[in-house]
Amino acid sequence: MTGIENQLFWLFAGLTCAGAIGVVISRNIVRMAFCLIVSLGSTAGLFFLLEADFVGATQLLVYVGGTLVLLIFGVMLTGSGPFRQLKMSPSETILGVAVGGLFLAVVAFTVITVDWDRVTRAATRGLSAQDQGRPVGAAASDANEQEGDTARAIGLRLVGLPADHHIGNRKGQGGDTGYLLPFEIVSVHLLVVLIGAAYLARAKRRVETPTEAVTDGDTE
Amino acid sequence: MNFSLADASISSYFEDSWGSSPEWALLAAAVVHLVLVAGFFGLPAGVFIWTERKVSGRIQDRLGPTRVGGRFGWLQSLADGIKLIQKEDLAPKDADQVLFTMAPYVVVVSSLAAFIFLPFSDGWIAVSLDIGLYLMLAVMSLEVIGVILAGYSSGSKWSLFGAMREAAQMISYEIPMAICVVIPIIAAGSLNLNEIGGMQSGHLGNWLIFNDPFTFLAFFVYFVCATASCKRAPFDLAEAESELVAGFLTEYSGFRWSFFFLAEYASMFAVSGIAALLFLGGWHTGIPGLDGSLVDLRETGGIPGYLINVLGFLVFLVKSSLLVCVQIWVRWTLPRLRIDQVMMTCLKYLVPITCFLFLGSILWPLALSATLERTTLFGEARGDRAARVFRQEADRSEPTPPTETPAPDSAGGGGE
Repeated sequence: MTGIENQLFWLFAGLTCAGAIGVVISRNIVRMAFCLIVSLGSTAGLFFLLEADFVGATQLLVYVGGTLVLLIFGVMLTGSGPFRQLKMSPSETILGVAVGGLFLAVVAFTVITVDWDRVTRAATRGLSAQDQGRPVGAAASDANEQEGDTARAIGLRLVGLPADHHIGNRKGQGGDTGYLLPFEIVSVHLLVVLIGAAYLARAKRRVETPTEAVTDGDTE
Repeated sequence: MNFSLADASISSYFEDSWGSSPEWALLAAAVVHLVLVAGFFGLPAGVFIWTERKVSGRIQDRLGPTRVGGRFGWLQSLADGIKLIQKEDLAPKDADQVLFTMAPYVVVVSSLAAFIFLPFSDGWIAVSLDIGLYLMLAVMSLEVIGVILAGYSSGSKWSLFGAMREAAQMISYEIPMAICVVIPIIAAGSLNLNEIGGMQSGHLGNWLIFNDPFTFLAFFVYFVCATASCKRAPFDLAEAESELVAGFLTEYSGFRWSFFFLAEYASMFAVSGIAALLFLGGWHTGIPGLDGSLVDLRETGGIPGYLINVLGFLVFLVKSSLLVCVQIWVRWTLPRLRIDQVMMTCLKYLVPITCFLFLGSILWPLALSATLERTTLFGEARGDRAARVFRQEADRSEPTPPTETPAPDSAGGGGE
């Protein structure tokens, strides 16, 4: 089991890095997008290996299925030719290498300075009181988070069904809507804001009488 | 991932009776699942392509295929497949070769991966996850990337037009489709497709489509969005053979071309399967009296339990296939919409309708419990239903069920 998981980890980690390098090396925008799909999809695979199903699914849905489709769509709408090539000036290359190198240095420094033995001990045993002075680590000490299976509890709380198995023994229970109604009001507000922004950003081509505006479909 | 149910049992079978190491047992179980899922991926596609030909023929006052494999042309799909394999694998000179060859695989793999999370009967599921439905929708949304890449990399204006239409259409229709899926989820209280199916046992009133008026309407809105997400007429703007030659498929030939069709018919079956599971009772017959005893008999296990599962599998196949037939029927009945009409249907009608249904489905149990002191009109109460299924799942995941758990006094006794 652990052997397969290790091999899968190396496979996904390698694909993630290869995809990321492909994004940098490639000169064709859509090929870059495809490399980004490989990289982000493999990251989702890493999340699945970590048993973070929800994060992995969200990664697939939001980044791979949503953002990247919008990206390719934008490239197709704005690109001048069918296969547009990106050309970079030497100054851009130097700047990019410098920023990337600095970021790599920060990450490498962080990875090297962490006491991994202590982290492993903490992860296997669960952080307890002896690990004082580390609020970030202390937050992970909750037994529920160690267990990992939190998607169901959160979801049930949202739809108003208690997470234990004793629901429904009394009459009239389970009619609660939980936090779904306020959640939905917030998200619909977000949708209204998005539509308003799209409406404001839209180029006004001509002044239309109200009756024309109703019959004229949104042909953009 | 949390491998449970079928996978665990097969890998433990290999471990116990064949004495293989855990890693090889897991691999063997994975191969068994892959072969099964690939079978259910390929077989419906072949059958439904034949059905499409026959139905379209009848609608147009023709006979459809009659020669290959007997009177009804049973083997027409197979003959087509053999013909397509023999064709030359062409790629245009202007095409981006790498992406052009990759694109069909992206489409097929995402469509096939959706079947991993689809339960065909109680527990007959390759990977049972708490967020199964969410992951299934996420994986199915990747199909559009393959279509866009295919259209873009072909180096043809027809393909590019098709791909752009497809991108616009898919991004728009994903919104109402996702909201429509959430509406029965609110009624059920689970994202696990196996549990959602289990909640609808008993009788017809327990089917989530009859849970409240909003889920009833949501079923039809979902079906419209699902048809659009499969690029089926009247939403087949991406192909639109009378305007764009064949849209994103223009430059494809041979086996790569057939991959797109395999994926299209498979995802038709997948979205119909989701509809059957979310709204139409999954693998339950819906006949009062019969369903409850079937569930009891299944719990005893052994050969009767297995046969009950086979029966549920057939019921599920019939329901899904009927929905696929409706999609075929719609395709050969309605004319194609224009692209602006497609976008208007989605953004001006379907999105507001689904938002209204979503709000209504939340307020419905509140209003009912305030006036009638119950949460559903016909079926089991929402909490009872969830409690019954969660307890079943808990019993199944533990080898020795806790005996002190009191039997649910409301199980199977819906309607009150």
